[in-house]
Amino acid sequence: MTTVSMTVNGKEVSGDVEDRTLLVQFIREHLTLTGTHVGCDTSQCGACTIHVNGVSVKSCTMLAVQADGADIKTIESVAKADGTLHPMQAAFQENHGLQCGYCTPGMVMSALDIVRRIPDVDADQVRHELEGNLCRCTGYENIVKSIVAGAKAMQAEG
Amino acid sequence: MGQPVRRAEDVRLVTGQAVYTDDFNLDGQAFGCFLRSPHAHAKILSLDTTAAKGAPGVIGVFTGKDIDAAGDVNDMPCNANIKDLQGNPMYHPPRRPLESERVRFVGDLIAIVVAETHVQARDAVELIEIEYEELPSVVDTAKSIEPDAAQIWPEANGNLCVHFENKDGAEIDAIIQSAPNVAKVDLINNRLIAAPMEPRVAIGDYDSDTGTMILYAPSQGANRMHSTIIQVFPLEPEKIHVISKDTGGGFGVRSKAYAELIILMWTARQMKQPVKWQGDRFESMVSDNHSRDNVTHAELPMDENGRALGLKIETIASVGAYLSEMGPGIPTHNGRRITGTVYKLPEVYQSVHVAFSNTTPTDSYRGAGRPEAAFIMESLMEEAAKVMGMDPIEIRNLNFIPEEDFPYTNSQNLPIDSGKFTETMNMAMERADWDGIDARRAESKKHGKLRGIGLGYFMESSGGRPDEFGRVRMEADGSATILVGTFSHGQGHGTAFRQILHDATGLPFEQMNFIDGGDTAIVPQGRGTGGSRSSQMGGVSILRAAKKVIIKGKVIAAHLLQTGENKVEFASGVYTATDSGASISLSEVAMAAHDSAKLPDGMDQGLDENEHYQREADYNYPNGAHIAEVEIDPETGVIKVDRYSAVDDSGVIINPMLFHGQVHGAIAQGLGQALYEHTVYDDDTGQFLSGSFMDYCMPRASMIPDLNVGSNEVRCTTNDLGVKGAGEGGCCGAPPAVMNAVLDALKDLGVTDLAMPLTPMRVWQAIQAAK
Repeated sequence: MTTVSMTVNGKEVSGDVEDRTLLVQFIREHLTLTGTHVGCDTSQCGACTIHVNGVSVKSCTMLAVQADGADIKTIESVAKADGTLHPMQAAFQENHGLQCGYCTPGMVMSALDIVRRIPDVDADQVRHELEGNLCRCTGYENIVKSIVAGAKAMQAEG
Repeated sequence: MGQPVRRAEDVRLVTGQAVYTDDFNLDGQAFGCFLRSPHAHAKILSLDTTAAKGAPGVIGVFTGKDIDAAGDVNDMPCNANIKDLQGNPMYHPPRRPLESERVRFVGDLIAIVVAETHVQARDAVELIEIEYEELPSVVDTAKSIEPDAAQIWPEANGNLCVHFENKDGAEIDAIIQSAPNVAKVDLINNRLIAAPMEPRVAIGDYDSDTGTMILYAPSQGANRMHSTIIQVFPLEPEKIHVISKDTGGGFGVRSKAYAELIILMWTARQMKQPVKWQGDRFESMVSDNHSRDNVTHAELPMDENGRALGLKIETIASVGAYLSEMGPGIPTHNGRRITGTVYKLPEVYQSVHVAFSNTTPTDSYRGAGRPEAAFIMESLMEEAAKVMGMDPIEIRNLNFIPEEDFPYTNSQNLPIDSGKFTETMNMAMERADWDGIDARRAESKKHGKLRGIGLGYFMESSGGRPDEFGRVRMEADGSATILVGTFSHGQGHGTAFRQILHDATGLPFEQMNFIDGGDTAIVPQGRGTGGSRSSQMGGVSILRAAKKVIIKGKVIAAHLLQTGENKVEFASGVYTATDSGASISLSEVAMAAHDSAKLPDGMDQGLDENEHYQREADYNYPNGAHIAEVEIDPETGVIKVDRYSAVDDSGVIINPMLFHGQVHGAIAQGLGQALYEHTVYDDDTGQFLSGSFMDYCMPRASMIPDLNVGSNEVRCTTNDLGVKGAGEGGCCGAPPAVMNAVLDALKDLGVTDLAMPLTPMRVWQAIQAAK
């Protein structure tokens, strides 16, 4: 067992983990932040996407011990404390970019990273950038719409 | 209704506040992990769980022998009882929750290890000592009924579950013999894995005080799950309690009471503590029911003008190693009832050899038999056009059931209420700019690419079980609670059904609560969601319950307005006395209904009405025209779907945003079948080769084009709302649209024979072979 410490959603946390514990397991089970989901076992689906030190990462591909000292942001940190949705989240709702919701936290976290890198992203770019995020419900049509709209809203906010 | 109302339920989902079954744990919960067969077909010679039992944290290990010795668990049920033409029943092999003598597909269940942590349970599974004697296996569907195929069930000669025929084949054979023209096709409908994004997960629990077996599991309706579980544990209905929280997709595979769920419930009862199973994606791939997997030969005899004289279909359908709940019914009933789809066919013969193989059992997956039916007809129509030298649109128009023939009884004796096929097709063609293809084809050719366009016209039959439950309960604060036995697992019923109630009662959305079939203790009635039934069944049930509320409310309103009932009118949420002009809202009436001082003498408190709805129609008939346009690189075989257009007739549309979302999702799954998805078993060893998303190609956003979809609202005449199912059309229309587009693109190269999935390799090889 190893003790890991990191900052998660602005809070200092630590825990004892087996070396083989994945970061997603640490987040879901130790920290009970269950917004980050497990959808596969081969790192294809992206439901586990979080931000580590400002960059999107699939938390199933990291061991918890690798995240020692890192600054982690999960889906739970995206909306405002008073519950106001982030413009990207609002865009998903406005554009029907989700159905069952299981892939959605990963989609939102990936979307935020896409916009960080490509602020004026277009639909084709979004489709390409979403290669690491699977959805079975929506056929992606409205997810792409949501992310393009969310990007515009984020640019407008400045 | 008719408005794209946004989903209030989204807020929880986009913020990570949803509660899926792995998101919570129960006090004292242990974890279970399964031992599954690594072999396609084997005898279990010996099984020793001693080492596993002694592993760190392990508190129990159970095998099939333990369950059988307890004597309190029935066989896993199959509720589709299919007979042959002579009335002989199908062969229904026994299926135990855990197998102890023989395993018959990779993934077949053998044991469960229960430990304090998931990791301890997983580790201990590997300590189970088991000796197998491998047996010959068969995984290929066509080969499975050949005389030299490995036999799986001694009682099922030639691996035949049943040979279904709708009638005798002599008449169709005579018609074919004498027909001036016959179109023939040989088709494979590839085996698919539904793969909803939430993997399988469940918690079994037991309440010793009441003797209640409890299951927490994602589903397509806790009530539906309950109705199957009670066949395995024959207890009083209230002694089985099923709870489904947020559910990450269903698509037909999530509605079944799988053996894992039964085992968890049984184990929890044995151990008197909750037991959770966190299935990984491999387990989902190997043990969620598979689907489709048909090999078909079909013939369409035609007269000298290209008008069909009949239809002959011969299918071998793989049902897997065992029968799952509806498995054998998918090709013989679900698909068969809509055989012929939108075409006028005087004589139809359909034969289905339902065959066992050493593969995962098959059952319903989005469309469940209707995509297969559409694929056959649309492939035949294209072939018929070639045989006749006719345009594919022309030959369809010639053979469509004309508008004036409705209601039309199809060849399987189903009355079809409505359809405007030519009109719908024309709308789709306009949307797709069908007439502009030649110019685009020439442009592609300049760049060395082959462009093609293809149509898939589908009709499916939606509705599932014909009974449903709805209730509108007016609360003391004047709000309304909707209770319904369908179960939203992504479809947005909370929004759609509020729209229905709003239109019926005038109540604002903020004054409505919504409870559907996720907990058998709260809504025990109803049949859950599947077969595109929720709007026509749940929606209508709610509408009728609301109307009862308004009628009863009128009595109270008349009393409060001090006038006769016949002088009270209800509109937009308000009762008005036509004599005095005084009015009172439905909410105020509801509040008054909770105060006996305000009620007429002898009237009970409350304003709460149930509807046990039984629909009269067999089904209703969503239909639509789907058009794919592809561009192929002949050097690599890579297909790009350049545009995709569709016009669906789903009757009256409650919420166009939700409707289009369903269409998009169904189309994506249909494109997945046509281009990417393929469930592979090794022919020699029977080994399962599609155990992960690395092996099984799930469509990504870059692999699905922009989807240009519209609607033609042809009102359904057989339900109050005029709705038809909406969720499954896309996966019926997309595969033939794509196949026909690809064949159109490759026709000048002489390619005529291709099978789904249309991978670059297959296309490239077909091009080479035709050279």
